Amino acid sequence: MLEIKNLHATVDGREILNGLDLTIGAGQVHAVMGPNGSGKSTLSYVLAGREGYQVTEGSVTFEGRDLLALKPEERARAGIFLAFQYPVEVPGVASATFLKTAVNAVRKARGEKEYDAFEFLKLAKAKREALGISEEMMKRALNVGFSGGEKKRNEVMQMMLLEPKFMVLDETDSGLDVDALRVVAAGVNAMRRADRSMLVITHYQRLLDYITPDVVHILSRGRIVRSGGPDLARELEAKGYAGVMPVAAA
Amino acid sequence: MAATTKKHARRIAFPYGETAAHAPVLANWLVGLRTEARALIADGLPSPRVEAWKYTNLQPLAERRFAVVGDVSPDHVRHAMAKAELGRSAHRLVFVNGRLEAAFSDLAALPKGATVRGLGDVLTADPAALAGLIGRSEAVRGHALAAYNTAFFSDGVLITLDAGIALDRPVHLVFIGAAGASPVAFHPRLIVDAGAGSQLALIESHIGEAGAYWANPVTEIAVGHDAMVRHAKLQDETMDAHHLALVDVSVGRGGRYESTVLTLGAALSRHEIVVRLEGEHAEARLDGGYLIGGKQHCDNTTRIEHLMPHGSCREVYKGVLDNESRGTFQGTIIVHKGAVKTDAHQLCRALMLSKGAEADAKPELEIYADDVKCSHGASAGALDPLQMFYLRARGLDEAAARALLVEGFIGETIEGIADEAVRGYFAARIAAWLALHAAGPA
Ligand SMILES: Nc1ncnc2c1ncn2[C@@H]1O[C@H](COP(=O)(O)OP(=O)(O)OP(=O)(O)O)[C@@H](O)[C@H]1O
Ligand SMILES: [Mg+2]
Repeated sequence: MLEIKNLHATVDGREILNGLDLTIGAGQVHAVMGPNGSGKSTLSYVLAGREGYQVTEGSVTFEGRDLLALKPEERARAGIFLAFQYPVEVPGVASATFLKTAVNAVRKARGEKEYDAFEFLKLAKAKREALGISEEMMKRALNVGFSGGEKKRNEVMQMMLLEPKFMVLDETDSGLDVDALRVVAAGVNAMRRADRSMLVITHYQRLLDYITPDVVHILSRGRIVRSGGPDLARELEAKGYAGVMPVAAA
Repeated sequence: MAATTKKHARRIAFPYGETAAHAPVLANWLVGLRTEARALIADGLPSPRVEAWKYTNLQPLAERRFAVVGDVSPDHVRHAMAKAELGRSAHRLVFVNGRLEAAFSDLAALPKGATVRGLGDVLTADPAALAGLIGRSEAVRGHALAAYNTAFFSDGVLITLDAGIALDRPVHLVFIGAAGASPVAFHPRLIVDAGAGSQLALIESHIGEAGAYWANPVTEIAVGHDAMVRHAKLQDETMDAHHLALVDVSVGRGGRYESTVLTLGAALSRHEIVVRLEGEHAEARLDGGYLIGGKQHCDNTTRIEHLMPHGSCREVYKGVLDNESRGTFQGTIIVHKGAVKTDAHQLCRALMLSKGAEADAKPELEIYADDVKCSHGASAGALDPLQMFYLRARGLDEAAARALLVEGFIGETIEGIADEAVRGYFAARIAAWLALHAAGPA
């Protein structure tokens, strides 16, 4: 579904990703773990198309298309979704207004019927209740004054409403309390499908207890240095990065 | 010699005063006012050398030569009226090029103790009703642009509310500007006398239908003890128009004046508000929003004077500037001696959609009393790229993302409009502007 080959990317002239390879098949869940500053969020931004994240070498192919040639909104419409590590506050724009605009923009691009206000409210209600998001929060400005956990839940709600094919969850577990983690993980698990893949970025085994990955990768200094099964995450938890990294990369 | 040069530099020659048709003088009290005003305009228009006009150059107005206002076809009027549909019932007066058009107006069923009358009629039939209500303050009598209005006004509106009268429907004043080949000028005078404990919602729609014209309205509002006047104005003149407005307000003890001004139109516009909080616990809320592009120039100037204790004011002015437009905000708050416990806050922000646009802000706080809370803030900046990315990453294209952010930015300036339908009317005008402008490249 997604194939990343020899990806090099710079931010402000500094090379952050250098030669990253990663192939994720349809229906698979891959976890990416790595020390702070190793380039995990940079990878997620490059996949979503953030300005200033310059790809200098390599390629990213999504369902046979050159993903890097697409604008951020074209990627979103093609089915890429990034749950931000730090969701952005947007003053003055009500969550509900934003969500309806986004969902309809994506549906329209897919040739699906746009929701009217009533249909949308009904759909949004179901999703938000599953995640324990209050109606009042939907009326507030997008992410403004939301707690860390509320922001993360809001990201997952957006993801559920947009029904992407490929989702990147950048530390969606950080900031969540134990109960919220369970609720959010259940929401994410419910989205697992044979034709939907995920890249789950996390620091902790905790999340992977709920969302079992097919493959776990260790990212260090901008490249994948080791890959393995779910056991790799447990090994990392026990030994730390020094203990799991190949000698050359550590 | 030096003195003459200096005096010259402070004025821009403007022959309008000599050429304009003399307005009727129908009462003795008006003779003095008109004479005083004509003396003030003899020198011409203030130049940017005059501090109050530092950012707004009236030279383009001075270069216009104005013809006598002629008739306008009812089709034009009907067409313009589509932009004046409030979406709720109102007492409505429609002015075309400054003259009241009874055929389009609707003043059914005013309660006893309330009058809403065309000023032209009042001037001929009952000028005494206006004595003491026109030219009450030095702010109006000494004002360089208001002087043209005082010298030449012939129509407008007189609204009076007796004590305790609350109008359940707003008064909606619609001003349609429709000039032919030659520019025209008009000087509507709006007088509001809101008695103690009365309540009024006053809405103005300034709709540009065609051509170049100079709209020069002057509004004088007296808000009585514990009275409340809610004032909302849409300025959507043609792109060839000049719109220069002065609103002078006095607020009595416990009274409240609320103003929302949304500017979309005119090549050159200024909305100036002077508020005197004359009684204890008097309040003012002034909000202003503008969305401009091309080479438009929009000036918001406010002056709030706190004269008694426990007064409060809140000001939020926000502008969205595209292309090579220019926005200016001058906000003066004066807390006079003895006006203790004053609570005054002012904020002005500009959102620049283009590198060629320019915004100036000049906040001025003059505080002569102790124990007051005053604050002000000003900022200008472009759209936040991270916010843009976040919205686009959710599937909104660039234009839609920009429109949503701009709407979110400017929306605050109309939130204070209490009536939902009226707020919706203003929101729809903002949306229409965005549909035209935000779609273009940044
Ligand atoms: N705008 C920028 N200019 C310069 N360096 C940057 C910029 N943005 C990110 N970086 C650097 O890129 C490196 C990778 O950052 P990134 O956010 O991808 O790390 P991460 O793996 O997500 O870390 P964390 O686990 O803390 O979230 C860091 O060293 C960071 O300081
Ligand atoms: Mg990160």
